[in-house]
Amino acid sequence: MHGTDTTGSPYAPHTADEQAAMLEAIGVDAIDDLFDIPADVQFDDEFGIDARTERETRRLVRSVLGRNDDLTELLGRGHYGYYVPSLVDHLADRSEFLTSYTQYQPEISQGFLQALFEYQSLLVELAGLEIANCSMYDAATALGEAATLADRVRETSGHRVLVPDLLLDGRKSTLSNYVAGTDLEIETYPMDDGNVDLAALEERVDEECVMVYAENPTVRGTIEERLDAIGDIAADRDALFVLGSDPIALSLLRRPADVGADVVVGDASVLGLPTSYGMGLGLFACREEYLRQVPGRLVGASEDATDRRAYTLTLQTREQHIRRERATSNICTNQAWVALRTAMHAAYLGPSGMIDLAKRGVTRAEDLAARLDPIVGVKAPVHDRRHLREFVAHVDQPAAAVAADLETYGFAVHVIDDHLLQVCVAGVPDDRVDAFVEAIEGVMG
Amino acid sequence: MTADQDGFGNGGGSRGSRYDQARYVDDGQYEPLLSEKDRTRVEIDGDDSPLPDDLTRDSLELPELSEPELARHYTRLSQMVYGIDSGPYPLGSCTMKYNPKFTEDVAALPTAAVHPDRSDRSIQGALELMYRLQDYLGRIGGMDAVTLQPPAGAAGEFVGIRVAAAYHEHNGEDHRDEVIIPESAHGTNFATAALGGYDVVSLPSNDAGRVDLDALEAALSENTAALMLTNPNTLGLFERDIAEIAEMVHDVGGLLYYDGANLNALLGRARPGDMGFDVMHYNVHKTFATPHGGGGPGAGPVGVVGDLAPFLPAPRVREDGSGKGTEPAYELFDPEHTIGKVHGYHGNWLVLVKAFAYIARLGDEGLLDASAKAVLNANYLASQIEYDVPYGPFHHEFVASAGDQDAADVAKRMLDYGVHPPTTKWPEIVPEALMTEPTEVEGKDTLDRLAAAFDAVVAEDDETLEAAPDRTTARRIDQTSAARNPRLSWQALDDE
Repeated sequence: MHGTDTTGSPYAPHTADEQAAMLEAIGVDAIDDLFDIPADVQFDDEFGIDARTERETRRLVRSVLGRNDDLTELLGRGHYGYYVPSLVDHLADRSEFLTSYTQYQPEISQGFLQALFEYQSLLVELAGLEIANCSMYDAATALGEAATLADRVRETSGHRVLVPDLLLDGRKSTLSNYVAGTDLEIETYPMDDGNVDLAALEERVDEECVMVYAENPTVRGTIEERLDAIGDIAADRDALFVLGSDPIALSLLRRPADVGADVVVGDASVLGLPTSYGMGLGLFACREEYLRQVPGRLVGASEDATDRRAYTLTLQTREQHIRRERATSNICTNQAWVALRTAMHAAYLGPSGMIDLAKRGVTRAEDLAARLDPIVGVKAPVHDRRHLREFVAHVDQPAAAVAADLETYGFAVHVIDDHLLQVCVAGVPDDRVDAFVEAIEGVMG
Repeated sequence: MTADQDGFGNGGGSRGSRYDQARYVDDGQYEPLLSEKDRTRVEIDGDDSPLPDDLTRDSLELPELSEPELARHYTRLSQMVYGIDSGPYPLGSCTMKYNPKFTEDVAALPTAAVHPDRSDRSIQGALELMYRLQDYLGRIGGMDAVTLQPPAGAAGEFVGIRVAAAYHEHNGEDHRDEVIIPESAHGTNFATAALGGYDVVSLPSNDAGRVDLDALEAALSENTAALMLTNPNTLGLFERDIAEIAEMVHDVGGLLYYDGANLNALLGRARPGDMGFDVMHYNVHKTFATPHGGGGPGAGPVGVVGDLAPFLPAPRVREDGSGKGTEPAYELFDPEHTIGKVHGYHGNWLVLVKAFAYIARLGDEGLLDASAKAVLNANYLASQIEYDVPYGPFHHEFVASAGDQDAADVAKRMLDYGVHPPTTKWPEIVPEALMTEPTEVEGKDTLDRLAAAFDAVVAEDDETLEAAPDRTTARRIDQTSAARNPRLSWQALDDE
């Protein structure tokens, strides 16, 4: 009956007879009689949006998105084009997962709750901390939540939050908004050749600091060499040490629990999602002592009336729907389905696959830098450090012009300064890396 | 504990462990955890690592299973989940609509997968889609400017609060430190206002379940930054005095915020902008039928009237004037007095793609019809159940009272009748509330089945209700012990 019919909602199944019977049962003549809207605020105009058939709509979206250039993206900074196995698409797209909502009725939501419990467990293993929630929006908002957590749990005299001066603008700005309603003040500390400048950091941390934030790898792709020293500096002044990372990096790099991290945040969608124009998955793990202060949802194991193990949302008295203005966070709808995808992708890779992916991120970045460095007018990498997935290269020509030229060859790279580019190999097939080297030779030549 | 020790896997990282579903049910669980099928510890040492030991962890221990095993695990898990494709889901205030399948296909187009740091010129398609969605939402809400950045409704609320704060500050009115919220409002409103640094002034309802104008008068002052309201409200009642409410709020210099959770009731019949609201969020996963994904992702775009547009988050999308013929060109730009960002990039992009496709599919006629059928369905269902529905007339949802029964038990028992129950015990102004929102996607037969479930439960005794559910995957789950003895990972289960 609906098919190509575009009159009315194609997803409302009412026949004319049914509608008439329903109106009669209610006791009104027409649907309009059910609307209780005063005349002075009624909308009597049209939106001017044309209805389309499904086929036409698909063509519309295909045609609009078709205006995106087909570029090989050597772009990173938390979003990578890692190959997502078909298993993830097919199973996460099972409509029971996709079309359910928050598990308010656990008896009919066991599958999703268990998948989220497994996601939490994945993060617990990766971070070495005891608690992980079942998702925040993205790395930037998870960082904001970490700051407000620090404000609640630290009884220091001040409200200073220290972040690296190389923090991504989106994260810095989001953090500023998150703390705008608190007494927290965001301050930066300098970086030294890609890593934290320890001496400068130590100078800036005092008893008025509630939080020190560092990232591994850093925004420049360098691997932080002295995480334990950063942890010590924070601990000495009773500041929370918050570490930014992601599941692939955590598979290989030092375990946050071993370097004194109190909270781990970051973007977990490096697994499970393609580069979805910045759509993400905020990971949030922390020490058990902050359990009652953790933002967001938690899935716990329990038993049902037959004594079988069963899962449920738990500790909801922290949440906005119960605690209202005293809640630990305002987050309600989160990123549960993305967390499911990430857990599936991690399960597909297994520990060996995750470690291998991380190792390849190191060796492929080193290899590419070694191939770019001999090109006249290029120095790569700029930082004399170990790298994961990405690195900064210096170009003698204006970086913006180089990047624009590279686009004509089919490649996208970051421009970070007048003469600095950032290049990422994660998810880029070997033959495209080869082509990129040729392209940059062409551009620089 | 390794796979060897618990006997579920072959251990040592080899793939190929087997499991027998019936055995695990007998073992006291419905489906083993991945970690109970296999757990493999992989050591990381310097010899075959590209990094020195002092930069790496020692080992990683996770399940290592074959693809077929994973396919069965997740298929089994999906079979233990109830979604809108499984049956009716009349969860009040959540607007659980059927999600058309084609929107999944367009969101999965390879051309949708772009990196957020791409240059504007190389992603004209993404920018055009955002521009057109901004335009659609502006028309639907009666708003002058829209940001798509907030990744959920609560994040949209936060943008609204931050924009209001920036606006007042810009006007030299940063003494405004109060946000007024009706007691029946969504819990996120309170949490959002608090997160924004505001004191919450709670507003009681009048006997008719609507905003009490005298109480509002008393609550308003020169300290009022905003009133957060949804209309229709959480009882499904239209705030008929909305024009007067808007005038009262504006008279003291406050802003009126519209919580878009209930927008599905109004599509094409009334617009927040026309009612006097200054700022609103849209729950695209509700009104525009993008899947709720087990609790997300959603998206919570925010619309504002012209005066507030300069304060919206950065970046927004506009035409840059360099386009040719029928292909305008688009660019990102930062509004003049922007509050900055509330998400690292552009929010939940794939959800926005689905919302754009949904709106483009329905058009004016479809959107108008969606709210018509949603309101018809709510009224029909309410007329068919025996539970008392104390307030009215209502729009897209109604709140019944379970009376002497415990609403939470009623919900558990409804599970036995194969339907998802309503939202329970909220709003608190109705005793033992059953907040029910069938949405437009259910037909008369389904509504009759829902009504039959309600009516079957009405007749049942407390003993039956307290023993429910008994026809679901899992039986009644012990919430108390879950909270008293939190076990939040498979590692925590190891310690038992």
